[in-house]
Amino acid sequence: MVRFINLTLAGITSGAVFAAVALALVLIWRATRVVNFAQGAMLMITTFIAWSVIDAGGSYWLALGAALASGLVLGAVVERVVVRPVENKPHLNAVIVTLGLFVVLQAAAGMIWGDTPHSYPPAFTIRGLSVAGTWLLLSPFDLFVIGAVAAVMVALTLLFVRTDLGLKLRAAAFAPEIARLQGVRVGRMLTLGWALAALVGSLAGVLVAPSVFVGPTQFDAMLVFGFTAAVIGGLDSPAGAVVGGLLLGCALSYVSGYVSSDLVTMGALAALITVLMVRPNGLFAASGGRRV
Amino acid sequence: MSIDSRALFRLTLVRHTCGAVAAIAVLYVLTTTAGPYRDLQIAQAAYLTCAVAGLTVLTGLGGQISLGHGAFMAVGAYTAALLIIHQGWPLAAVLAAATGATALTGAVVGAVAARLEGPYLAGATLAFAIGLPGLANYEPLIDLLGGQNGLAVPPPVPPAGLGAAFPLERWQAWIACLGAVLTLFLLANLTRGRFGRTLRAGRDDEIAAALAGLRVARLRIVATVVSAACAGLAGGLLALVATLAAPGAFPLALSLQLIAAIIIGGLGSLAGAVWGALILVFVPTWASDAASTSGLSHNIASNLPLAIYGLVLIAVTLAFPRGLQGGLRDLGGALRRRLPPPRLPTNPPGGADEATTDDAGARPDDRGGAGGRGERVRR
Repeated sequence: MVRFINLTLAGITSGAVFAAVALALVLIWRATRVVNFAQGAMLMITTFIAWSVIDAGGSYWLALGAALASGLVLGAVVERVVVRPVENKPHLNAVIVTLGLFVVLQAAAGMIWGDTPHSYPPAFTIRGLSVAGTWLLLSPFDLFVIGAVAAVMVALTLLFVRTDLGLKLRAAAFAPEIARLQGVRVGRMLTLGWALAALVGSLAGVLVAPSVFVGPTQFDAMLVFGFTAAVIGGLDSPAGAVVGGLLLGCALSYVSGYVSSDLVTMGALAALITVLMVRPNGLFAASGGRRV
Repeated sequence: MSIDSRALFRLTLVRHTCGAVAAIAVLYVLTTTAGPYRDLQIAQAAYLTCAVAGLTVLTGLGGQISLGHGAFMAVGAYTAALLIIHQGWPLAAVLAAATGATALTGAVVGAVAARLEGPYLAGATLAFAIGLPGLANYEPLIDLLGGQNGLAVPPPVPPAGLGAAFPLERWQAWIACLGAVLTLFLLANLTRGRFGRTLRAGRDDEIAAALAGLRVARLRIVATVVSAACAGLAGGLLALVATLAAPGAFPLALSLQLIAAIIIGGLGSLAGAVWGALILVFVPTWASDAASTSGLSHNIASNLPLAIYGLVLIAVTLAFPRGLQGGLRDLGGALRRRLPPPRLPTNPPGGADEATTDDAGARPDDRGGAGGRGERVRR
């Protein structure tokens, strides 16, 4: 029973990170109908920037700030330069462009920082907490991870629901023509949407870095997990992405704990296929027609 | 008699047979004159050609993207390695088994993939590509699959009839080239016939194709099986050429390189598949040469090819949204319009995809699927 609880706790922690990556994908999908296959590479780059700050003697918090800021800039630049021309083009074009970006960023990271993974320090101790004499797989750092992701979720929700800017963002994503008629700078909103998504992604990168290490290919699996979580939640729903992330985190934690940690990615594949076969629109979407 | 032979040459099968024989002759001269290092590169280009050709049929003609072809190659390579090590099967049987086993895997993947499209398909096959190599490290399978170090495959022994001094690399190149020529020959015939035509129809308009009585889902499954079989053969050949089957040989980057190769060569074009495979082999060599002459660091040299592939992927998709082949045709069309027009502009760009009848065989096959990407304008 303790093992089950521990695995669940570990699953919630990793699920929070998956949820952040999934949220980055969902925000972009909602705004531009593009699945950003470069998301894993983008958060890898920003995490490397954070690592460089720490390597140069900066504090953890300075590094986190650098990662978030660079994520914001990277997302905006990527949208303006690479993605804008393939918006409203066939799906395959966007898939190939983001894959090309993925390859370029990975190669660039290898050129700048080398192919050997580096370790990344956690913000707090990763020693598990002890409750009533039993050690839990929940450390102060894990609590920080969950808290940071939750804080970002709340901030994003407030931004989208309560502010004028959020309304414009939603309008630009939902009905670009009508929004444009109402005076919304749709292009600028899409760029901002990508920047916000990349910001969330860069947070996920820094949070997961202590456990996966920082290297050009270390975050490939994060993309798969994030995509799976997003599909579980329906790819269109930010709340679904969060729930999907947590569900996937727990499921993979059980796979890792009870079967083998080498099968985690296969487990994600199985979850992805099952969801796509049974509920192609995600577990939480109202069943609707297939977009043709 | 000369008219007769010309008519004979119009027959697809005859033409492709001539092409295959010519290719074998050229490759024979190339491999016997080149040194061991070049032979090895030719062998690599040959097995990559198999995989790229299979992928270009699936993506270019079928409209189904697959980021999982590196994983299919892994299935083929491990099948071949296991059969050679434990069963000691003859070469041809090993390669046939590798092809067959991967085709079976392709049937399973295809059954799932036929229901998916666009980014969903890409994401699912991406998970497949990243997840499958992990199986080699799975505890109960480590003894069988050799874990991270993989399986060492005894190199194929050249037959005694070729003489004792016959270089191993040349023999490997011969095996791989024979596989590549055979694959291209079969694929060329397959895609020029009914199968290729129906596949294109299903790609261009799923609903119209279904109304015309085609079973689009089944077509896509068959296309995935064919494509996976090619990748399986490529994997089996890789195991023979590299004499190793290890998870590190099938990273996600391999699958992405295959995608880059089909885009660079032109989607759906078998001739383009050969170019793409050659680029995959010779760009890294060129990059490391250039890096050593200009004194670049190892990090830059080893990542330069990937950077080039990525930039080309982006540039080609942005500059030629209908693929390199379609872009070239547009360019050609524009040039032709500039020249004093002899008569009405014929053959508008993108018009090469009408259904052809079985005997109208005078079209070069590399025009078959050009522009395929531009035509799926659906969201």
